[in-house]
Amino acid sequence: MTAVRSTRTVRRPPAVLLILAALGMAVFLIPLVGLLARTPWRDLPALLVGDIVTDALRLSLVASLGATGISAVVGIPLAFVLARVEFPGRAVVRGLVLLPLVIPPVVGGAALLFALGRRGVIGEPLHEATGLVLPFSMWGVIIATTFIAMPFLVITVEGALRNLDPRYEGAASTLGAGPWTVLRRVTFPMIGPSLAAGLLLTWARALGEFGATITFAGNLQGRTQTLPLAVFVALESDRDTAVALSLILVAISLTVLVVLRERWWKVL
Amino acid sequence: MTVRLIVGVLAVLAAACGPAQGAGEGVEGRIVVSAAASLTDAFAAVAVAFEEAHPGVSVALNIAGSSLLREQIREGAPVDVFASANTANMDQLVASGDVVAPEIFASNLLAIGVPAGNSAGVDGLDDFADEALLIGLCTRDVPCGEFGRLILARAGVVPALDTDEPDVRALLTKIEAGELDAGIVYVTDVASSAGVDGIPIDPKDNIVAEYPIARLTGSANPETGDAFVAFVLSAGGQEILGRFGFVVP
Repeated sequence: MTAVRSTRTVRRPPAVLLILAALGMAVFLIPLVGLLARTPWRDLPALLVGDIVTDALRLSLVASLGATGISAVVGIPLAFVLARVEFPGRAVVRGLVLLPLVIPPVVGGAALLFALGRRGVIGEPLHEATGLVLPFSMWGVIIATTFIAMPFLVITVEGALRNLDPRYEGAASTLGAGPWTVLRRVTFPMIGPSLAAGLLLTWARALGEFGATITFAGNLQGRTQTLPLAVFVALESDRDTAVALSLILVAISLTVLVVLRERWWKVL
Repeated sequence: MTVRLIVGVLAVLAAACGPAQGAGEGVEGRIVVSAAASLTDAFAAVAVAFEEAHPGVSVALNIAGSSLLREQIREGAPVDVFASANTANMDQLVASGDVVAPEIFASNLLAIGVPAGNSAGVDGLDDFADEALLIGLCTRDVPCGEFGRLILARAGVVPALDTDEPDVRALLTKIEAGELDAGIVYVTDVASSAGVDGIPIDPKDNIVAEYPIARLTGSANPETGDAFVAFVLSAGGQEILGRFGFVVP
């Protein structure tokens, strides 16, 4: 009657479970081993300061941060509306938000081209009115990246808002706080960890975006060639540069995900 | 492009998982043919005709830029036949021992591709230097990009590029959509696309692209691979390629 067993850790997991878990881990580990095995360690410093690498790194940082910024400005309000406002067609909108997660990015890129390209449904009047051409430009990269990455922010924040106990916000209102004050002082602080995790995932996904970008924004070094595009092109011509670029992507992503997970990601 | 690539990779994987073909079993079973992007339509027709001529044989086409196909083969992709849009990629595989004695089965010329109607009024290679136009080429590592750059260099034009597309089909798609004003593609691409008009390139600047084909030394189904190569070189195969605008030897 005094046998108190910890429910948090299983003392002796079945061997089959461990084997399957090891296989699961191998799925993630094996590609990394391949990459490290092909890394030209000695030439790495010289490769990392070549123009293709520095141009791509700069464009990738601008595009991924730009996409995260836009996602924050419009994605957080969208998550709020989806979580808190009843309106007809809400289920459809939720589906639309998830679409970029499941369709091949290249399909997303093609759809963007047909909508926002120079001959696109919206792109054509936009071009005629302002002379602006989105494909083959940095804005094209940011738009494609935002389309692919923003869902991560919307679903994370929407989930957190729906799990939030409405009584805290109710109490604040009862005490006389206006709707903006409630949002600022109660809602956002309470979903803070989810918000941070959502922004982080969005940024990480934006950094790795390839298919929609090359389809919608094209590929030109110094203008639209982000790290993933540079890797793709270099794989066929200059494998050492491709590996160096891949290592940068992996190193940045892994560092951010490992370091920040401890701080913010416990909610997921 | 990526979609086709994924389909290609799946085809390669599916072939790898299929029953092993031992030597001496004759022309049967499944083969994977890695073919340059510019062969997309022509090889689809060739593959169908080959399958009709050899019941029980199925051909999986793995289509991408020649240089990507070359890399897949060098990394050990289970491919039976390689058809490249230039000799350079094939020569690298000869050097690495992956193929022996490739044969030229077709050639192709290049042309300026513009969206149907040519709204930007492109009339020659000189327009490629116009900053105001949206100009695309293939990346320098795939044959159409290599040839496009050579042609522009011969004509003395420094292009104001807006994009380097990963293969000729990707470039063609963007011209067809009207998103690019001009690019350098193959004559066969212009012939196959209703949405693209072609402007001939002066013969003194143009390049004759030669397409070599070979069965891989590591093929798991060498008889069928050899039969496919022979079919491409036969009168029947050449007739199909000619229909798609290729110049046949």
